[in-house]
Amino acid sequence: MENIRSDFPILGRPLADGTPLVYLDSGSSAQKPQVVIDALVECYQTYYANAHRGVYQFGVQIDEALEGARERIAAMLGAAEVEEVVFTSGTTMSINLVAQAWARMVLEEGDEVLVNEMEHHANLVPWQQVVRQTGAVLKHIPLTDDGHLDLDQLQNCLGPRTKLIAVTGMSNVLGTINPIGRLVEAAATVGARVLVDGAQSVPHAAINVQDPAIDFLAFSGHKLYGPSGIGVLYGRRELLEMMDPFLCGGNMISEVGLTESTWADLPAKFEAGTLPVAEAIALGTAVDYVTDIGFEQIGRIERALLVEAQTRLQEIPDLVIHGPDVDHKGAIISFTDPRVHPHDMAELLKRKGVALRAGHHCAMPLHARLGVVATTRVSLAVYNTSADIDVLIEAIHYARKVLRRD
Amino acid sequence: MSDELYDDLILDHYESPYHRGRLESASCEHTELNPLCGDRVQLQLQIDEERRIQQAYFEGEGCAISQAAASILCEHIEGRTLGEVEAFDARQMLDLLQVRLTATRQRCGLLGFKVLKTLAYAYDGTAGTSA
Repeated sequence: MENIRSDFPILGRPLADGTPLVYLDSGSSAQKPQVVIDALVECYQTYYANAHRGVYQFGVQIDEALEGARERIAAMLGAAEVEEVVFTSGTTMSINLVAQAWARMVLEEGDEVLVNEMEHHANLVPWQQVVRQTGAVLKHIPLTDDGHLDLDQLQNCLGPRTKLIAVTGMSNVLGTINPIGRLVEAAATVGARVLVDGAQSVPHAAINVQDPAIDFLAFSGHKLYGPSGIGVLYGRRELLEMMDPFLCGGNMISEVGLTESTWADLPAKFEAGTLPVAEAIALGTAVDYVTDIGFEQIGRIERALLVEAQTRLQEIPDLVIHGPDVDHKGAIISFTDPRVHPHDMAELLKRKGVALRAGHHCAMPLHARLGVVATTRVSLAVYNTSADIDVLIEAIHYARKVLRRD
Repeated sequence: MSDELYDDLILDHYESPYHRGRLESASCEHTELNPLCGDRVQLQLQIDEERRIQQAYFEGEGCAISQAAASILCEHIEGRTLGEVEAFDARQMLDLLQVRLTATRQRCGLLGFKVLKTLAYAYDGTAGTSA
């Protein structure tokens, strides 16, 4: 494990006051291994040019590197075709693209989009917007008290008017891993499509978009140890083909006249303007990095850390851990302490070098359901260690001491 | 244990706040949220004909800084006129807290102050005014 950690230069750098960094905010954004940083630098230093434009040496080189990255991403996802992988700025844009370019076209008044109470705002607000635009209706799968989708209610939520189930692969607050297979089967019974928000799930577990067969998958590069500003929308070819572009401009056209234009083939149709091309290439390097370690190994490492962290947090009196037990979730633990507000907790943990998030984590409806305004969230990644958990636990005791004046 | 941020003044007000609760005879009330962290502070003021604050109460939820600051603020403004409140600035509010806040935590420390300013500027003398 030490060799994985040493791949990430930032983790070896002490903070401004000399304290070692204990980074427990990977669910927000993961740190970058040296190979990803090198890929960015190499691109800018040795062969940078705009993509899809140049016949000169760098123009050809950059296109090869970009399309090579797309191929490796498609392979990681199990996509049937490379053209089904569209580069976007991240999960948020990917979901908005589907909402505006697919749902807005398909939805009619009275149609239904099925979401649920645990979604990140990025997989909730775009649907609120598109149902407002189309006269469709937003429905919600309720949650059980332990933070699962209440599948007993699923049949009641589905109907002939259900056109889409939009669901997160893994909750960014509770860590709940959702039963995508079950949802895909249920969607098939009413002819609905399924979009998976993979922002949290893709970095932690192997995925095959053909099994169970999902229609759209959105994820971000920066949570997968890749650069910020780049992400992916996977969409089934037949769906991407029927969609009009979301953004219009350069690269996404076939032929442009003064009054009308025709669209480029996939995936260029959805990649208007200049891509963050170095970032896309470096995302390919990040994909190489995780596939070299292997998702099985990543899962083993993170699971051991999760079990250790959750067990030790549970030993702290009064601390409330929200969501499922460790057997039904990924490497995220959100908790509240009845006498230390999450914001104060994060502030005091910071002094011990612990970097984590306090707040509503862009999931206000979920926090309302939990009956709390905010939680403190520990999110683990492949580079964390038992020593990180030691510091976390000690720091929580310290925070409680300060605020309770024990 | 003494702490540079969570010192006795802050923790005393956090644990035993001054005038936390409902004020039935309030002349005006207003609530603000800090959307970043979910902190919420509501102020209720009872204001007399001379535009003097007779009583100030707060309610809310949030971190120790936002809640203690609201408590300290209520204690400070009772007996003062709205004119004095209008002249009371953010620097003075932060000084009242007696601890140094980072830019992010200043939003917590100034949440009640923001509510107070809204009330002071919006108050037109009619009972029940809510900005």
